[in-house]
Amino acid sequence: MGLEEKLPSGILLTNLERLVNYARSTSLWPATFGLACCAIEMMATGGPRHDIARFGMEVFRASPRQADLMIVAGRVSNKMAPVLRRIYDQMSDPKWVLSMGVCATSGGMFNNYALVQGVDHVVPVDMYVPGCPPRPEMLLDGLIKLHAKIQGESFADQAASA
Amino acid sequence: MTLQAWLTAAGGAVALVLLGWLALTRTVLGRGLAVPLRAMFVKPETASYPEAPRPTAPRFHGRHQLNRYADGLEKCIGCELCAWACPADAIFVQGGDNTEEQRFSPGERYAEDYQINYNRCILCGLCIEACPTRALTMTQEYEIAADSREGLIWTKDMLLVDPPEDGYDTPHTDREVRDRGLNYYGGLAVTPPTRKGGSFAPATAAPLQRAGAVVPRRELPLVPPGTGDAEGEPDGDGGSAGAGDA
Repeated sequence: MGLEEKLPSGILLTNLERLVNYARSTSLWPATFGLACCAIEMMATGGPRHDIARFGMEVFRASPRQADLMIVAGRVSNKMAPVLRRIYDQMSDPKWVLSMGVCATSGGMFNNYALVQGVDHVVPVDMYVPGCPPRPEMLLDGLIKLHAKIQGESFADQAASA
Repeated sequence: MTLQAWLTAAGGAVALVLLGWLALTRTVLGRGLAVPLRAMFVKPETASYPEAPRPTAPRFHGRHQLNRYADGLEKCIGCELCAWACPADAIFVQGGDNTEEQRFSPGERYAEDYQINYNRCILCGLCIEACPTRALTMTQEYEIAADSREGLIWTKDMLLVDPPEDGYDTPHTDREVRDRGLNYYGGLAVTPPTRKGGSFAPATAAPLQRAGAVVPRRELPLVPPGTGDAEGEPDGDGGSAGAGDA
């Protein structure tokens, strides 16, 4: 039918979207954004027992320019919200946000004046991981689901949203 | 080889091993290098999570579950004590009245709607402690991440367990429930209001069980829903084979 039949064996064809999404999802570098106790579990995820390096994510970047994923680990206070937004703005496209723990997701049990009731008031969130704090497996589960989500993304949608 | 040559070789080997041991234990560089050497013989600590997850602790607080009695009636009576106990206001319960034709739980009321908001739930288990009928318990499931806030609100149909193999899905009619003659509260309370006028009928025929325990499956007199007549006398006979034919 197409080009595939004219090629010799040993040559694999894919489309650019899938190739790029594969590359993006398998080396998703997180920015460190540990805000509270969830950060302890995030560090445990980076440790040898859970070993986030198996997913190509062991390099937690201190610089937002080099990061693709912001793991908001912990409660976001009203004072921290502009800082968080600024760091998000400094990250280069394409970028994703994972809200780790119920405090980041919705304020959790801290329904008071000091905390932002959900980090999606400040930045667009791609994956919500519940738990207080989520155990490392829960974070890994969220990351795996995020990888699957990235692998299904299309350039057209990204261009439309950007 | 002569004896002298043997001795020289042995002495050289001993000296080499001694020197190596000294280098690996007494020098800064050697002690550093000894760490990866030792690590080559240590079993890896890494848990390969998605493929072979390690079991959680037996009392791990995972997501919730709404339980049923052995005949399929729901344990939840819609009392909202879980919602009151919740420190994060994550539970919403809408109670409803059981009627003679639509019975969901023993007792007067049942949970018409039951939602747990995992955006807020901190999995502390205070709701489990508050629940008077052990209707709400926690599982060891924790893979509940979602890509929207709506996806983290679990409704009653997601939380309620499937009916047991000998039971039926709710709602039941009062007649079926009465014919089974189970005592749902372990003899501490009464069976559902099965008579008109709101009077309660004690479960005389039911075997005594500890509070909260369900009646073993074998002893369930089977009355399929819809065919529930008074023909099968709830006399609690042990004829489980005959009951199974019904």
